[in-house]
Amino acid sequence: MKRSYRKGIIPSNIQIAPNIYEMKLATCDPGFGFKGKPGQFYMLRGWEAMDPFLARPISISDISNGVITFLYEVRGRGTHIFSKLKEGDVLELLGPLGAGFDLNVKGKVALISGGIGIAPLIYLMKRLGNNMDFYCGFRSVPYYTDRIEGKVNNIYITTEDGSVGHKGFVTELFIPEKYDTVITCGPTPMIKTVVEMCKEKNVPVYVSMENRMACGIGTCLGCAIETTSGMLRVCKEGPVFSGEEVIFDD
Amino acid sequence: MISTKVEICGVEFKNPVIVASGTFGFGREYAEYFPLSRLGGISSKGLTLNKRDGNKGIRIYEVASGIMNSIGLQNPGIDGFIENELPFMEKQGTVILANVGGNTLEEYIISVDKLNDTNIDIIELNISCPNVKKGGMAFGIRSKTAYEVVTEVRSACKKPLIVKLSPNAEDIVEMAESCTKAGADGLSLVNTFNGMAIDIYNRKPVFNNITAGLSGPCIKPIALRMVYEVSKAVDIPIIGLGGIMDYGDAIEFIMAGAHCIQVGTANFIKPDISIDIIEGIEEFMKDEGIKSLDEIRGVV
Ligand SMILES: Cc1cc2nc3c(=O)[nH]c(=O)nc-3n(C[C@H](O)[C@H](O)[C@H](O)COP(=O)(O)OP(=O)(O)OC[C@H]3O[C@@H](n4cnc5c(N)ncnc54)[C@H](O)[C@@H]3O)c2cc1C
Ligand SMILES: Cc1cc2nc3c(=O)[nH]c(=O)nc-3n(C[C@H](O)[C@H](O)[C@H](O)COP(=O)(O)O)c2cc1C
Ligand code: FES
Repeated sequence: MKRSYRKGIIPSNIQIAPNIYEMKLATCDPGFGFKGKPGQFYMLRGWEAMDPFLARPISISDISNGVITFLYEVRGRGTHIFSKLKEGDVLELLGPLGAGFDLNVKGKVALISGGIGIAPLIYLMKRLGNNMDFYCGFRSVPYYTDRIEGKVNNIYITTEDGSVGHKGFVTELFIPEKYDTVITCGPTPMIKTVVEMCKEKNVPVYVSMENRMACGIGTCLGCAIETTSGMLRVCKEGPVFSGEEVIFDD
Repeated sequence: MISTKVEICGVEFKNPVIVASGTFGFGREYAEYFPLSRLGGISSKGLTLNKRDGNKGIRIYEVASGIMNSIGLQNPGIDGFIENELPFMEKQGTVILANVGGNTLEEYIISVDKLNDTNIDIIELNISCPNVKKGGMAFGIRSKTAYEVVTEVRSACKKPLIVKLSPNAEDIVEMAESCTKAGADGLSLVNTFNGMAIDIYNRKPVFNNITAGLSGPCIKPIALRMVYEVSKAVDIPIIGLGGIMDYGDAIEFIMAGAHCIQVGTANFIKPDISIDIIEGIEEFMKDEGIKSLDEIRGVV
């Protein structure tokens, strides 16, 4: 049997860039460390009494010795509450959920992130043994790039305001035909551009999608997206899909 | 010894807790968290004659103490259900309600006819779907339209027939009376409330369909009032639902007159919440010295 929501305790929850936080969670029941593959996520609730009503989906950014790391951006009420949690505070979480990335990719890999989309790709980078380049785009202040340096062949950093690295979008630097596999996570317009670029050069591309979720386990159908194989659930069949199968609406 | 058993329409439920349509799929995902045999019953995702992909755009939207949904009845169709989902459900050792929706009367009749020869226990007729022929107004709004549909479906249906009422009905008591007269064996209420949300930065409704269904604890007091009023007006058994989150909510619906209750949106908050509710009801009965739910049903 899978475990329903259980408690995790916070060893640390620190701000690493404007609006960006890194939270670690340790298990509250000894012997049951947190598990999960790159691309999988947890539903998190950092409050009592169902207010906010729904838990929030957050990707696994790392797991070591049963301690899980989440990297998150403060967007609305839920993530704001997360950012106020302190060492020793307790959260409720459900997971790991979703199918995650296929770790058996061949050849040279490009990882492409936009903003907080870097979260699942950091964990993936650690688990892939491939020859990799990492393209990471930020609005203004880069984060986590120190964790990437030395682990990949090349790191390409872009910021929209030009404060660090190339000024503009990652897709301006990315050359699809240099790679055997491309994996991307970030804002939908970026994902869409990456998929179009890869399709044009016949390079296989995998995308990690986001959508609003209620259950996180495949029953509400709230997160379903249109694909070439019909409606698929981001929380169950996803969040990782092949770029060719996702039908992006305009 | 306490007994949580309930019998309605000649079907025995081991306890009064049924999981609501559209919030439990066909049970597969929840079976990974607890044995489904613990449940009183499962109401399937709303089924239509033909497979449906559902709505585009935002489908789930969080509001204070609840959610709004515009899933649009995404489902595998009656044949897909019978072939791929029912065999799994049959093995779970719990009562199966097939929740049936449709846009036309013909659609309802053909669907019910196909289900007649299966092992489902009860048909739960969802009359909240838009009636295509009557300009999209739901069958479940006007008592007269509902009466016509239920009468026809009743004569086609060989299974016990429970009609699921929409709280958007013009007059819920009159609606309940009409469905009873038309031959319903039981009623379940309520479905979601029609609501709306606006994205103020885009100056557009959040949902492509403009309105969407509101559910969760925010609707409970109104749902409870409706169950109370309907249970005073009709003699057939009632399944009460709307915002039930814990055993206390469940007991309130039973005290308002419900035979069984359904757990809906709460399933999204905690996959095994229905087990907490079943155990909570048992504890409550022990603590209060209640041997059978008959003792408290409709006490208020
Ligand atoms: C599979 C998956 C993995 C994710 N991983 C991460 C991650 O590692 N780090 C991170 O910072 N964010 C991640 N997100 C996005 C994150 O879930 C949202 O930013 C968060 O739910 C916003 O909640 P809020 O209360 O702060 O915002 P609000 O806007 O107040 O939230 C209101 C409702 O909308 C939902 N919502 C709003 N924006 C999104 C969104 N972009 N995606 C999904 N639901 C949304 C919320 O969950 C909530 O139900 C992920 C999303 C998904 C689907
Ligand atoms: C995501 C979602 C999907 C639903 N789908 C159906 C459906 O297919 N058929 C139906 O009769 N009711 C459907 N409902 C309504 C519920 O079964 C229930 O009547 C309603 O949500 C009120 O109960 P609750 O507040 O406990 O959720 C759905 C509700 C939700 C939230
Ligand atoms: S979040 Fe409910 S089906 Fe994916």
